[in-house]
Amino acid sequence: MTAAVASGAAGTLGRRASPGQIAVGLAVALFLALFLVLPVARVMVAAIEGPDGYTLDHFGDFARTALFREAFANSIYVAFMAVVLATLIAVPLAYLLARFRFRGAALIQTLGVIPLVMPPFVGAVAMQLVFGRNGSVNLLLNEWFGFRIPFMEGLNGVIFVEGLHYFPFILLNLSAALSNIDASMEEAAQNLGASGWTLARRIVLPLALPGYVAGAALVFVKVFDDLGTPLLLNATNLLAPQAYLRITSIGLDDPLGYVIATVMVAFSLAAVAASALVLRGRDFSTVQRGGGGLGQRELTAGRRIAAWVFISLVLLLVLSPHIGLLLLSLGTVWSFSVLPDAFTLAHYGAVFGQSAHYLGNTVLYCALAAALDVVLGTAIAYLVLRTDLPGRRWLDAVAMIPIAVPGVVLGIGMLRTFHGINLPGSDQPLATFWGMLIVAYAVRRLPYALRACTAALQQLHISLEEAAESLGAGKLATLRRIVVPLMAGGILAGFVTSFATAAVELSETLLLVTREADAPASYGIYVYMQSPAGRGPGAALGVIAVVVVAVATYFSHRLAEIDRAKRGKLGR
Amino acid sequence: MSGSGVAVEAVSFGYGQARILDDVSLQVNKGEFFAFLGPSGSGKTTLLRLIAGFGTPGSGRILIGGRDVSRVPPWRRNVGMVFQNYALWPHMSVGANVAFGLEQRRRPRAEIQARVAAALDLVGLADYADRRPAQLSGGQQQRVALARTLVIEPDVLLLDEPLSNLDAQLRVEMRAELVALQRKIGLTTIYVTHDQEEANAIADRMAVLDQGRIRQLGRPIELYDRPADAFVAGFLGTANLIPAEGGGRWVLRPQDITLVEAGRGRLRGRVVQAEFLGASVRHRIAVGDAVLIVDEPHRLGRAAPQAGAEVGLDFDPDRSTRIAD
Repeated sequence: MTAAVASGAAGTLGRRASPGQIAVGLAVALFLALFLVLPVARVMVAAIEGPDGYTLDHFGDFARTALFREAFANSIYVAFMAVVLATLIAVPLAYLLARFRFRGAALIQTLGVIPLVMPPFVGAVAMQLVFGRNGSVNLLLNEWFGFRIPFMEGLNGVIFVEGLHYFPFILLNLSAALSNIDASMEEAAQNLGASGWTLARRIVLPLALPGYVAGAALVFVKVFDDLGTPLLLNATNLLAPQAYLRITSIGLDDPLGYVIATVMVAFSLAAVAASALVLRGRDFSTVQRGGGGLGQRELTAGRRIAAWVFISLVLLLVLSPHIGLLLLSLGTVWSFSVLPDAFTLAHYGAVFGQSAHYLGNTVLYCALAAALDVVLGTAIAYLVLRTDLPGRRWLDAVAMIPIAVPGVVLGIGMLRTFHGINLPGSDQPLATFWGMLIVAYAVRRLPYALRACTAALQQLHISLEEAAESLGAGKLATLRRIVVPLMAGGILAGFVTSFATAAVELSETLLLVTREADAPASYGIYVYMQSPAGRGPGAALGVIAVVVVAVATYFSHRLAEIDRAKRGKLGR
Repeated sequence: MSGSGVAVEAVSFGYGQARILDDVSLQVNKGEFFAFLGPSGSGKTTLLRLIAGFGTPGSGRILIGGRDVSRVPPWRRNVGMVFQNYALWPHMSVGANVAFGLEQRRRPRAEIQARVAAALDLVGLADYADRRPAQLSGGQQQRVALARTLVIEPDVLLLDEPLSNLDAQLRVEMRAELVALQRKIGLTTIYVTHDQEEANAIADRMAVLDQGRIRQLGRPIELYDRPADAFVAGFLGTANLIPAEGGGRWVLRPQDITLVEAGRGRLRGRVVQAEFLGASVRHRIAVGDAVLIVDEPHRLGRAAPQAGAEVGLDFDPDRSTRIAD
């Protein structure tokens, strides 16, 4: 009864939304409408706009062009194979982590974070030098055994780089699902006679499946939408590069660019919707009070060795882009050799001498975008969880759309929507104003910040606010003195995630940046990496960006831990 | 004597079709210790929350000290509520938690310090002002929650199952402390519980709720001895319901029936089971299709009738309660 009342208190007790809540809701809705819904809608409309009225002819053109058919098939193939590769890496790691008492657990958890601090496009060129036809690994293989492995040939390169980068999404989701299975689930089955493979197949796998599907869908969509990695690996016959090349080479009026973008949105939305459908009604969190997780066993000696070999191999693979990038940034010349010819710090000197503005721009844009995200995220979370504002669930749903909107599409949409509108008091189009980059970053990263803020607010028992209200604090004072301080950890986590991911965003950046002086570091890395002479400084800039993101991520984790430790557990 | 009386007038409340409270009226007198007693889903917590201002009655009104507060937000009611989970703010020290209400009332700093110290002293936690709530035991957290509420000198004190998160022994201790504290400051107090023993022990008067309605209202002894219906009779303790001649049923507590020799008394039965409890022996006795429960006091050397024995049962109709069917 208490629970019903507690949730009802935020629900339908005949409380009407206050004018303040309505104003905040409208402001958020306006932002989302202007910078998310409108640009995406403009893209879709442009795809069906003919000289006289609306038409599906452009989709016909798309389907008749062999190049696009191939790009479409390639995109699906690459995304699917990247999921396969990520699965092969992530599933054994997650199972080891959940099932066995094992010294390597901390290492596996670290493995799950390392790739995330470096976007795949940054490491792509370095991976060519390590795994390419004439890269370190193949040179050695050829010298010792007389054969080469085509890791990086054509689409293989994209699959290899993306799979290595995105497997943590599956690892994290699957681990979370496994740790939410209470030991009693298994014990009951064991008690009824199940063990070994039967136990895994009938009990553990079905309970963990939702976590796997959530992670796999995310990997699929991310790879399907990625622009930077294929561009840098010169694998342009995929949808995202095709859309980008149409718009940037043929121009904003070419309908086929919009058709490709629409196909991408439709496909991404379909993938997300399909995974949501599979997951519907399958919240399998079964942890009882007082902790949970599967019962853990010791590994036998033989299996322990196998586990260590596997983990070491994965560690080497996962670190190879980082090592390659570091070597590239420190090497003088690196071509047709296992290691660079000699080492130098000149590239870092070049970066700080000529390109410091890239870093300054990144910090400025990403900090502002992340701040915007947590403000929006907190506002939406509060409206959804604590008020009766009509349409509040729509706000939440719309704010989550960017998960399925590729950066290329949003970038194109921003260009389409705002290229004809000038910045007040000047003749610069709004679309290429650097402030738009901040808005574009904020929109794309909003889902992460929103989920972090929502989770933080959900963990706050509503009685903490009611206690303040009954002691005389109004809504605003309660928000300021109780809600926001207690959400601080979640808000901070949302800020850092938004900041770190925006810092290495490329697709919107490439589309919206027109002046070199306004460009952030991700743009700088991309431009440098285009020419062999620029690879050294490009890698140096990449290393700096990765270090900044890694440090930010580390401190957010530390802060969150300190925050948790300080509060401890309270009578619930 | 402090605080104000509370009047609940014909209050109904529900979500959509679901009725949680149905035409509830009651009067809590100034300085009284009043309990809402009922099973899960009876509406007792909802009623308490309406008095605190967390929700507006669908119909009817709520008066505190004669003032209609039905539409007054919680922060302007000056009603103190102690939550079931205590709801201490984990990011503030104990002292800051207790000071909060006074700060919202913009009291001078010196006064706040003095009153916080006094409130913590009152609950025996004078030395704990700088601790974090997480560093306290369950019982101590409970006292902080109480101090935080009392320090604002509320018109009414509302307690939502405040002892349910404590272990059994601490529960009895805190119960006695609560009663002593309430008597000392004489504050109007409403206490929600599903535990009839707890309600009996502390309340001056109580209301028994079931499915959103008040079944009966009165002093604990009255309700125990003269229950209005079978629900109240059963909820307040073990009750034997025996069909009475001329309609209705007798409500007989186990100790109101005495065992006599077979063939004598008003009823005849057979002992099914005899449970020795120390101070008394609890008998289950089959009478026709029904099984009655009869408690006999135990005295040194007295032998209880064994299972299978034929016995007579007797009771005094003039001192028993009769309810409608």
